[in-house]
Amino acid sequence: MIFIVIPARDEEGRIGRVVRGLFERGWNKTVVVDDGSADRTAAEAEAAGAIVLRHPFNRGQGAALQTGDEYALAQGAEAVVHFDGDGQFNPDDVAPALAKLKEKNLDAVLGSRFLDGRSRVPFFKKYFLLPLARFVNRLLTGVRLTDAHNGFRVLSRRALEKIKITQDGMAHNSEIVEKLKRAGLAFAEFPVEVTYSEYGQGAAGGLKILRDWFFGKIIG
Amino acid sequence: MLLVFQIILVGFFALAALKAAFRFRAGELTLFGFIGWLFFWAAAAFIVLWPDSTFYLAKQLGVGRGADAVVYASIAALFFLVFRLSIKVERLKRETTKLARREALDGKNERL
Repeated sequence: MIFIVIPARDEEGRIGRVVRGLFERGWNKTVVVDDGSADRTAAEAEAAGAIVLRHPFNRGQGAALQTGDEYALAQGAEAVVHFDGDGQFNPDDVAPALAKLKEKNLDAVLGSRFLDGRSRVPFFKKYFLLPLARFVNRLLTGVRLTDAHNGFRVLSRRALEKIKITQDGMAHNSEIVEKLKRAGLAFAEFPVEVTYSEYGQGAAGGLKILRDWFFGKIIG
Repeated sequence: MLLVFQIILVGFFALAALKAAFRFRAGELTLFGFIGWLFFWAAAAFIVLWPDSTFYLAKQLGVGRGADAVVYASIAALFFLVFRLSIKVERLKRETTKLARREALDGKNERL
């Protein structure tokens, strides 16, 4: 059983389309974790057929992913796909990413925008922010990746059992990569398409990630 | 001769030390933490009562005046306190997340 986990906050305008896109491709175990939305995100997701879990108040994307992962594990998931709720990912990428996980006997497949030419990444982001983010991530995790903070990933059951996301905010991305490496799990990158409807995280977001990472390390 | 502000400050420090003692008895403070706070308030009272004593400390540290040494030490202490507070806030956030998660998963874990 494959579960798609989508963290979502205030995405009432887009979440329905995202969930339907996944259902149309046969992914009917789609879990939307409504992270304290003030709008109709939960209702829209439910109407589209998703299983909806609701955080009573906002806890961040990392926290929402962990909630979805725990649910999927309890339901007996073989693997979980992390997917964004804002419609920036292509649902056609799910099946080949899962196929790669199985074929290569991997525990994780991490999406990357830079392995094919489909994603049109904004100039400043592509040539300034992302190289910087990649470099910092490499320092933090010791893993060299072609992309940084891409929310598309596939985790095997084994990986889900070993990786508990404690970074509630956006630092969960580096945390997952680091924990994959620490646990000695096999992973690889996979080309995914990201369509930009909005900019995403800027430089300030990057600084917050560093701060979260720092305190996360202290608390352990 | 004692100045009014000295009496007020020392009284305040004594109350703070007493509060630390209560917290220790209630088990909110470790023995180490209690001794640390006691030492801190005692040192503060000592400095208020004998301000010239800081001159010795300042000379040891290579700072010009006693008052400067006190200011530097206070800033260092504040940094430390803010740091500790930040860690506490982070811990609280994690607890909050666990609570939110439990509420989200409550009753949802029967198999599909």
